[in-house]
Amino acid sequence: MARFFDEQQYAIVQAACARLIPTDQDPGATEGGVVDFIDGFLGAFATDPPLIWAGGPFSGRFGGDPRFASFHRLNARDELAWRTRIEGSQGIPERERLGPVVGLQERYRTGIATLGDDFAEVPDEEQDRRLKANEEFLELIHEHACEGMYGAPEYGGNRDLVGWNYIGFAGDVQPRGYTDEEVSQP
Amino acid sequence: MSRDFDAIIVGSGPGGSTAADVLTSAGWSVCIFERGKNFLVNLEKPSELLYEFSNDEIKYWSRHFLGPDPWLEPRTFRMTPDDGDRLSIGEVNNLPATVGGGGTHADGKVPRFREDDFRVLSDLGPMEGTSLADWPLGYDEMEPFYAEAERLIGVAGEAGANPFAAPRKDPYPMPPGAPMYCAVVTSAAAERLGYHPYPGPTACNSVPYDDRPACNNCGFCGYFGCPIHAKGDPVASLRRALMSGKAELRPESMVSRILMENGRATGVEWIDAAGERHVERAGHVVLAAGATETPRLLLLSGLEHPEIGRNLMYHFQTLTFGQLPMRLHAHKGRSVTHLHDDFILINDEAQRAAKEAGLPWLKGGLVEHGGAAHPMLESKFYPWGPEHKDMMRESPMRDHMVGFTMQGEDMPQATNRIDLDPSIRDIHGLPVARITYKPHRHEIAASAHYGPKLEGILHEAGAVWARTATSPNVGAVIRQGSFTSSPIPASRHVVGTARMGTDPATSVCDAWGRLHQVPNVVVCDSSPFPTGAGYGPTLTLAALAIRNARAITT
Repeated sequence: MARFFDEQQYAIVQAACARLIPTDQDPGATEGGVVDFIDGFLGAFATDPPLIWAGGPFSGRFGGDPRFASFHRLNARDELAWRTRIEGSQGIPERERLGPVVGLQERYRTGIATLGDDFAEVPDEEQDRRLKANEEFLELIHEHACEGMYGAPEYGGNRDLVGWNYIGFAGDVQPRGYTDEEVSQP
Repeated sequence: MSRDFDAIIVGSGPGGSTAADVLTSAGWSVCIFERGKNFLVNLEKPSELLYEFSNDEIKYWSRHFLGPDPWLEPRTFRMTPDDGDRLSIGEVNNLPATVGGGGTHADGKVPRFREDDFRVLSDLGPMEGTSLADWPLGYDEMEPFYAEAERLIGVAGEAGANPFAAPRKDPYPMPPGAPMYCAVVTSAAAERLGYHPYPGPTACNSVPYDDRPACNNCGFCGYFGCPIHAKGDPVASLRRALMSGKAELRPESMVSRILMENGRATGVEWIDAAGERHVERAGHVVLAAGATETPRLLLLSGLEHPEIGRNLMYHFQTLTFGQLPMRLHAHKGRSVTHLHDDFILINDEAQRAAKEAGLPWLKGGLVEHGGAAHPMLESKFYPWGPEHKDMMRESPMRDHMVGFTMQGEDMPQATNRIDLDPSIRDIHGLPVARITYKPHRHEIAASAHYGPKLEGILHEAGAVWARTATSPNVGAVIRQGSFTSSPIPASRHVVGTARMGTDPATSVCDAWGRLHQVPNVVVCDSSPFPTGAGYGPTLTLAALAIRNARAITT
């Protein structure tokens, strides 16, 4: 169940991410659940605490008490900053101290609309053409696709660690760390 | 007048924490104000540390976990007044705003300065367009404070390994940690070319020290908080100060003004997390907000002196990167394990390069040997589409790239400065710091001289390609993936802005960091540095904090 996207928006973003980080012999954005990472960020405030900062110090993947999934509480100022960034200033005076802010949610809504309702069904070449035609949105979604594929899975992407596994990256390794030999030898 | 504390300390980074440790050891009561949040020490039970830092690229790289949030507390930037009021608003060379300050995100390289760094003007002579000045103290006076700072924060290093180091009386408190493979390769190449690499002195435990564990090489070091507190700076000093029972730490508390009467500070006005203003009284005020925020606070307090905020210096970074054929796994280890100082020296070749550039002399800086590290950041540099996957598997930028950062000495210029932005306000309603900064041609010439030598080391190490960029960028704008080069310096080594000296007309602080105008205000960060040297400022500012804080108690 998506937090922010409707069914069609979800399908369009998923299709776009699949062009950016495609599935080949290794899993891509689709298998990594990158769209869920983006949906989790845009809908960060759908849960309390919001999905902004994962907890510490350990995920449990290499031992230790697993606390990554316990997200930090935000103080009132942090909440103002992140709501402004995600939801936009919407004419609310305290959100317009530095001028009006177009929120990420609106940038996605607009960007998805310019890709077209049929984006998920059109051929790959046409999808690429439409992505390239909207450079600003492409940059935004590329940035988020990378975060969703290679960031910690607690944020909703990198499902089953597919982003780390196919490149041979162990990810967060505390509290095990690496031995001196692993650091210094080839 | 009633006073609540013997001293108020503004800022809990390496300077403020060190000052708190020294003052509480002398029996003083202190209140430490920190504008950021506390992820470091359990304030109810300070023998216990907090564990909120983690191996998490998103939290640190994308979401300002250590603060400041650039929308809540922006800064503004311009290169010269010709640019108008400002070129940009937001993140400008931010250091963490959190309990522990810049010490939380640093990879902990803490070299001492050399003897001649304290007397550049008299040793080398003036340079047109600069405001060079000698320090009002020398290395010999600093040596015992350097040694004390190394013991307090816990430094791992190898005495004698750097032939150009200033003399030291004691060994390092700990032996060096494990060398990173990429640095094993580059330091061997540097040695073959006649340079002198050495294990960098690092404020990170190589063995258990001061009731904190040895570093386990997790690799999320520079720009990340240490999940296990193997980095000693500044958690060691802060914990000790709080455990004395004489210190109180107030996170999320922004000092907005120093209160003064008849040339003496009486306390501070501060703003709590809910936005309420309060007053706290003390006999002394110790400023340790960093070389950007300290002059801002002096200006917000209504102090007027033509030198406040001036002579802002960073390090001019020469960034030379190359690709080696083998995998380097630079995501394992302490970010940087080796350094060399050869390019700090003035020799015949450097003199020839200076002459060609029309300069009286030319200095480079410390060279850090390190590699790129983590995949999220790497992935943003690569093109999208099928190529993305091939690049990520092959990993030319993360797993094959090795690099040098030369922290080039920056000349002091009166025109490079911090002042108050005329109209941009932070979330508290206070005018933000405006940075006006443009490098001197000395730094650009030094970088142009040493960049090819750094590339030469990479080629000697077997690099298939090597390239050099600088920060601040001084050429055409470079775009690569989501990265765009910037005229804003990336080096978080920020110094100058409240220079110390003996003449109240030309300096803000006296030789003990006390404001000439308000002598019970003592600056314990890197703002008083008259010159920046080619070394990171942290150990020097901590040593100065020990010296200057102790001086007010005796």
